[in-house]
Amino acid sequence: MALLQQIIFIATLVAAGFFIRKRVLRIRDNIFLGKKKSIHDRRNERLKNMLLMAFGQKKMFKRPLPAILHFFIYTGFLVINLEVLEFIIDGIFGTHRILAPYLGGVYPIAMNVFEFLALAVLTACVIFLIRRNILKIPRFWSAEMTSWPRLDANLILTTEIVLMCAIFTMNASDQILQTRNPEHYISTGTLFLSSHIISILQPLSTSTLEFLERFCWWFHIVGILGFTIYVTYSKHLHIFMAFLNTYYAKLEAKGHINNMPVVTNEVKTMLGLAPAAAPVEPGRFGAKDVIDLSWNNLMAAYSCTECGRCTSECPANLTGKKLSPRKIMMDTRDRLEEIGRSLDKKGKGANDGKFLLGDYISKEEINACTSCNACVEACPVMINPLEIILELRRYVAMEESGSPASWNSMFQNIETSFAPWKFSPADRFNWSKQE
Amino acid sequence: MNAPTVADLAAKGETPDVLFWVGCAGSFDDRAKRVTVAFVKILNAVGIKFAVLGTEEACTGDPARRAGNEFLFQMQAMNNIQVLNGYNIKKIVTACPHCFNTIKNEYPDLGGNYEVIHHATFLQQLINNGKIKLKEGGAFKGKKITYHDSCYLGRANNIYEAPREVLQALDADLVEMKRCRTTGLCCGAGGAQMFKEPEKGKKDINVERAEEALGTGATTIAVACPFCMTMMTDGVKNKEKEAEVKVKDLAELIAESL
Repeated sequence: MALLQQIIFIATLVAAGFFIRKRVLRIRDNIFLGKKKSIHDRRNERLKNMLLMAFGQKKMFKRPLPAILHFFIYTGFLVINLEVLEFIIDGIFGTHRILAPYLGGVYPIAMNVFEFLALAVLTACVIFLIRRNILKIPRFWSAEMTSWPRLDANLILTTEIVLMCAIFTMNASDQILQTRNPEHYISTGTLFLSSHIISILQPLSTSTLEFLERFCWWFHIVGILGFTIYVTYSKHLHIFMAFLNTYYAKLEAKGHINNMPVVTNEVKTMLGLAPAAAPVEPGRFGAKDVIDLSWNNLMAAYSCTECGRCTSECPANLTGKKLSPRKIMMDTRDRLEEIGRSLDKKGKGANDGKFLLGDYISKEEINACTSCNACVEACPVMINPLEIILELRRYVAMEESGSPASWNSMFQNIETSFAPWKFSPADRFNWSKQE
Repeated sequence: MNAPTVADLAAKGETPDVLFWVGCAGSFDDRAKRVTVAFVKILNAVGIKFAVLGTEEACTGDPARRAGNEFLFQMQAMNNIQVLNGYNIKKIVTACPHCFNTIKNEYPDLGGNYEVIHHATFLQQLINNGKIKLKEGGAFKGKKITYHDSCYLGRANNIYEAPREVLQALDADLVEMKRCRTTGLCCGAGGAQMFKEPEKGKKDINVERAEEALGTGATTIAVACPFCMTMMTDGVKNKEKEAEVKVKDLAELIAESL
């Protein structure tokens, strides 16, 4: 029986590893469908951003209440997962709480810490569910928060609550069994929180308790493995991607827009500043689809957890325009996943006749952006929706000549009068004639 | 108005210590021209050796780039860089945050490297080192002034305190809007929005922002950007408060207090 459990455990572990690996590779391949861009400079600043923003959650604390609750879940995730290490060793070798004898007095302390963190996680998740579903905080209910994004969030929170409950039930059963079969169930000492539910479980028979303890153990570990697979399909992927995204985030001033060297070469030739270079196929100017964006823009889409801080600060969105920076990120990811699914099935991939611009994001949305950087400033994990908006605008302006008519007039004015308004360049200095 | 051009100075074999980049709004927009004049008045008052490009200046390309026309932006940028480098310009001051951002952050990618300073910082430095002396008990003493952060100074370039220090030098009662500094609400003109009608929505951004500014009870709304100037002035008019509340640029406030 014990051997069978070990075999099932190892098989589960291998299967989970297989699916996780497959998804990780798919996501990596999807990200690298984006344009190449070398980001290897200024490592210390990048590391600092990662430590401050992802590890230290600096920007989260602009909104203190969700920041504290989120911090509980985050710390809980980091620390409680240490216990998973023991779960895995126990599962493979058929042991029970293998680390307890080695850690001695430290073990009960660790277990108590885990339990307190589990309670903090549980409480935070309950409050988050209330905020989303009862208080209906507006940023969780705006237009792009359709049924799947809302369900995704609720599933994550509920799963975390259930997993924490499993820990408490398992520990309580274990403490009772320690008194009934001390040879197998090594003493953990009294665990402050779970000991409070001992009285409820006390009337149960030893075999029922043994089953309950095992059930919770299996539920917790299989739950965690299943959750890990789920996370790769979910907005919750930010728990890993936030670290990468903050590391690779833009370091230049927020006002800086990335240069297009392809254009620089052509303009230099036109102005006679450089000899005509051998014509190179420039590809598409700007972005029509996700594959025209840089890989770091695509990685950013996988880092977004749809918190909506960007959209709640966006002046266009606040005044009722269709633009929502969060939707830009969600659409980018959805389109990329669509291409990835097609590639998995050896399908057409990006050549399916669909595009990010048009099929997901409309011109009305991108035209409404004031490039004010409020979304960029608001993002706790340093996502830059503005870069994507500008790349889409570049496509519209340079490949389609499809900018709004007044922008085309503005372009014409700059070309002919060197000012965005139609004034004679000769009048530019007339202001000096005043007074 | 004493505003020498770089060409004038070059003819005498001189170069300016600082080039005043006027910008298209500062050159052509009637309201912004008054800011240009006010700033030149300050430059003359403190005796700085400055010059302007005059008719040799051209749009930096900011609105073209932000509207997606990279070709046009780079054409403008490279022509401007050729002019600036031709005159061996080292330091540039401008009253437009968009010009400031473009020349400072984007021209280096195309071979234009200058020390670029926005007039908010420039004025703050002149006040701090005693070059600008404001008259005692000036017109703004104790008056409520609120400052509207320009996105291209604030979030884009992390300049939040310089304009506020300038206002504090006026002995004014500086009142903040709820959305200020990093969370300052845009006036609605950036990203080339200045040059087209807004998309369909339930409100204009400048009206939303003007309401917030008026809500502080300030009698002066200070701005540091010609586009913010237009948007905030229109917003105040929309609320029919233009008689009680004035929208003014930092340079005007200082010029009036010299």
